Amino acid sequence: MSAHLRACAALLLRDLRSAARRPGDVATPLFFFVVVSALFPLAIGPELGTLRLIGPGIVWVGALLSSILAMHRLFAADLADGSLEQLALSPTPLGLLVAAKVLAHWLLTGAPLVLVAPLIAVQFDLSLNSTLVLVLALLLGTPVLSLIGAVGAALTLGLRGAELLLCLLVLPLYIPVLVFGAGAVQAQLGGLGAQAHVSVLLAILTVAAFLCPWAGSAALRIALE
Amino acid sequence: MFWLQYAAPQRLYGLAGRIYPLAFALAAALTAVGLYLGFWVAPADFQQGQAYRIIFVHVPASWMSMVIYVAMAFWAWLGLGFKTRVSGMMTQALAPTGALFCFLSLWTGALWGKPMWGAWWVWDARLTSELILLFLYLGYIALTRAIDDPHRADRAGAVVALVGVVNVPIIYFSVKWWNTLHQGASVSLTKSPSMAAVMLWAMLVMTLAFWAYAVGMAFYRVRQTILEREQDAAWVGELKEIAP
Amino acid sequence: MSWNSWEEFWDMGGYAVFVWGSYGVVFVGVAVELWLALRQRSMVLLALRRSREEAYAGDAP
Repeated sequence: MSAHLRACAALLLRDLRSAARRPGDVATPLFFFVVVSALFPLAIGPELGTLRLIGPGIVWVGALLSSILAMHRLFAADLADGSLEQLALSPTPLGLLVAAKVLAHWLLTGAPLVLVAPLIAVQFDLSLNSTLVLVLALLLGTPVLSLIGAVGAALTLGLRGAELLLCLLVLPLYIPVLVFGAGAVQAQLGGLGAQAHVSVLLAILTVAAFLCPWAGSAALRIALE
Repeated sequence: MFWLQYAAPQRLYGLAGRIYPLAFALAAALTAVGLYLGFWVAPADFQQGQAYRIIFVHVPASWMSMVIYVAMAFWAWLGLGFKTRVSGMMTQALAPTGALFCFLSLWTGALWGKPMWGAWWVWDARLTSELILLFLYLGYIALTRAIDDPHRADRAGAVVALVGVVNVPIIYFSVKWWNTLHQGASVSLTKSPSMAAVMLWAMLVMTLAFWAYAVGMAFYRVRQTILEREQDAAWVGELKEIAP
Repeated sequence: MSWNSWEEFWDMGGYAVFVWGSYGVVFVGVAVELWLALRQRSMVLLALRRSREEAYAGDAP
């Protein structure tokens, strides 16, 4: 058992280290998120009442889009240098290794979003409570985005136009996360309390954490044949 | 098992060739009956006048778009589980008709919505879920077209279809939740509680017509897929369509 | 439902655009799908006939 965990930890560290060598890969989705969030007030108008209403939605859509930006590269580098086949052949279950790669992706993409979200919330004049709910919802939701995206990345591995194909496949599946994530903040704004939404997000995260690595490894084996 | 013989492409080619003409004939006959019932027997609606007659294509298209997706998932599961080649072919053969019905459901829904509720599009749970279903169909078709290797295309498509079919109820549930929370719209989009029996019958007959058409199209299309994939087999070279 | 005249039928109580816009697109959609399927069949048969002729072209007469 611990041998498998060591393999996963090694994979995780390797991904993090290679990302550290190319900081642009991490910074670009984050900057995209920040810029997109700033574009909407410019397009819609500075009226704070309106911005408070649409802010959570915009933050979430921005999070979705920036999560998916670099998703197609999740397995591409490993395919190119042959390490993906090694991973598939190793005694460690491929699902665990996929989970390790997803965790690396989330640490590099989703976690920065969660940290930057309070700054964006200020742009939309969200209250402290709303911001806390937003951050919690993003904390629960962004891992799901990485998990589902990984399945899409495995399915479209090596195909022409994989980036767009990935978006088309995965964005409809993101919709429940979007609905409950943005809905959590809106519920809190409306005085209803976000407990129900947060519970559903937690449930989605649990189910995705179990199913997506397994589906992703199945898809990888299909792609590698 | 009797049906297992049709897992062989050659047998399926023959069976499909016998089924599709019957299916199309049935579809035509049912359409004639359904439209007659819908336009010459069913009376005008008390509230909606003549515009309600759109339901005789809108509801069948919606129902069948969902049934076809489930059928695709069924064939996908068969293919992944039993490794039969024809399962992937059937899944791919069903997809275009399902996508068409999905689009028709949205189009006719908009044309029904405008005179009834004043808007071309409303974000109610069913219409929104239907839109997302269209995206799922398009995603499946795009993925299977993008993969050159037919074996990989079938299996990757099967994963997409199965992931999709699990997600459709989740998506519907989440959209319904989202919709009821935001129920500021005063439109009530449920059908009028009591439909005249003849209206219901016409709708059912049209639904069966759409189903027969979908079956016919799927079996017609799967024959071409079989020919393309089995082109090196001896039986293909001896078909009278090819060797006169 | 008894229609008093064909004009009344086509008018659909003022909703002609919506009703016939719906049925029209359904008809067009089905027709296009059928046409595409027929075209695909003839292309596949043509390609198979050609490749069969090429395969036999090298045989002695």
